[in-house]
Amino acid sequence: MLKKAPVILAFLISTQLVGCANLGVQPWERDLLAKDEMALDAEGNDLGLDDHIYFSKEATSGGRAFAGGGCGCN
Amino acid sequence: MQLTSKNQLANKTKKVANINIALAAATCALLGTTPVVQAEEAVWEMDTALLYYGETDRVTAVEGVFSARKDFGDEHIFSGKLVLDTLTGASASGAVAQPNAQTFTRPSGKGQYSIAAGDIPLDDTFKDTRVQLEAQWTQPLWDDMRGSTGVHLSKEYDYLSISVNGSLAKDFNQKNTTVSAGLSLAFDMIDPVGGRPIAFSEMVIDQGQFANEQAYQAAFDATRQKGSDDKTTVDLMLGVTQIINRRMLMQFNYGYSTSDGYHTDPFKVLSVVNDQGLTQFLVHEDRPTERTRHSFYWQTKYALDSGVADISYRYATDDWDINSHTIDSRLRFNLSDNTYIQPHFRYYQQAAAEFYQPFLLEGTTLPTFASADYRLGEMTAYTVGLKYGMKMPSGNEWGFRLEYYQQDPKNAGFDAPEVLQQLDLYPSVKAVIAQVSYSF
Repeated sequence: MLKKAPVILAFLISTQLVGCANLGVQPWERDLLAKDEMALDAEGNDLGLDDHIYFSKEATSGGRAFAGGGCGCN
Repeated sequence: MQLTSKNQLANKTKKVANINIALAAATCALLGTTPVVQAEEAVWEMDTALLYYGETDRVTAVEGVFSARKDFGDEHIFSGKLVLDTLTGASASGAVAQPNAQTFTRPSGKGQYSIAAGDIPLDDTFKDTRVQLEAQWTQPLWDDMRGSTGVHLSKEYDYLSISVNGSLAKDFNQKNTTVSAGLSLAFDMIDPVGGRPIAFSEMVIDQGQFANEQAYQAAFDATRQKGSDDKTTVDLMLGVTQIINRRMLMQFNYGYSTSDGYHTDPFKVLSVVNDQGLTQFLVHEDRPTERTRHSFYWQTKYALDSGVADISYRYATDDWDINSHTIDSRLRFNLSDNTYIQPHFRYYQQAAAEFYQPFLLEGTTLPTFASADYRLGEMTAYTVGLKYGMKMPSGNEWGFRLEYYQQDPKNAGFDAPEVLQQLDLYPSVKAVIAQVSYSF
């Protein structure tokens, strides 16, 4: 039974990977994704200003972008 | 059967040609690429913003941003940013409130400030002007691979930060999957007015015990290290962006950051209290010289019929024991073809740094590191806001944003002696954020 576990696991992972390969759209299905507001960096100035506020007021920074460096704005 | 006249045929050919042009334009739009028209010169896209950040009784900041972006053809993109900001007001010094009035020396050593009984000590000498410059160049390299490199500079009177970054991104699976890796190296230098305090040195307060000004200055100087200090930071970021379906895309980032050097805040102190909770003296804080951080970030954007839902979650952890969770969401509703409103909600929660202490107890062994900076303590924070955007007939866009931000520091399990139990050691910080932006 224990020997079967890696096989089952490998089967599950491979089916998940095949599932991933099915994700996505055809080039002609990008009408909604191509909108400006769907860009991950839409409203870049708002995001940059927010990052600066929270960097100055909280102990965690980064995630969306690089965490390091910055300013002494504390 | 109808005969097609020569005229009709010519019209049909013309229509086909028009359809071809329309299809080509539509394909470009679908692919998310801008058709390159050689005859027309590429235009600069400008984004400007003015932000006001105001805390009740504390810090006020005004920040102006000017960013510009231009595609020089074939996705060879330059983007630049200039930020100017000014900070004034008062910032929590780290000292605890007391049942009596307190007097403190300003960090520069020049002058004093007094805090009324029961009030949290705020250092009102907080004043700075900052300039930030950024430049970034992005271009295709080969085989669906893009490269990007940039510089960042931030300068205040007593602080300088310079960083360079580089990243590579590769598209797979008909551009449905993008994998990226980036590296950033930052160098920060600090040279505070009045010098950097020696770790745990006692704050020198002139209460008439000095024979003259020189004697006071000599005592103050004995608590200071001369010259500047610095910090280097290396950031590594790995990311995957995946288009899920016609409406949804996701991004996952893993961030690793390690910094080495001066992490202490030279303006923060700790109260040393007796067993009744009464402050006996104040010492300057000291933080470790190294910090390693990991962040896991997930973002999803979903196209609604008339709007966009944008939700992100971040988990961060570091070797200072600061673990945090952040949920950020923006929900855009298009009111018409040219206007929208966008509610914003953000929730943040952090655990205290291992060396965070709201105060030190007199007579106990001095810890290796200690800071009473509430920003390293346990806290929750939330932001609620609303943005209204409108596109003008010219294509230029206005945006107005109003938000409320509140931080609620918590007691991370410290027992407060006697008088401190009657005082608010963890007051909330409340701020208003207002922003106007204009894109052209």
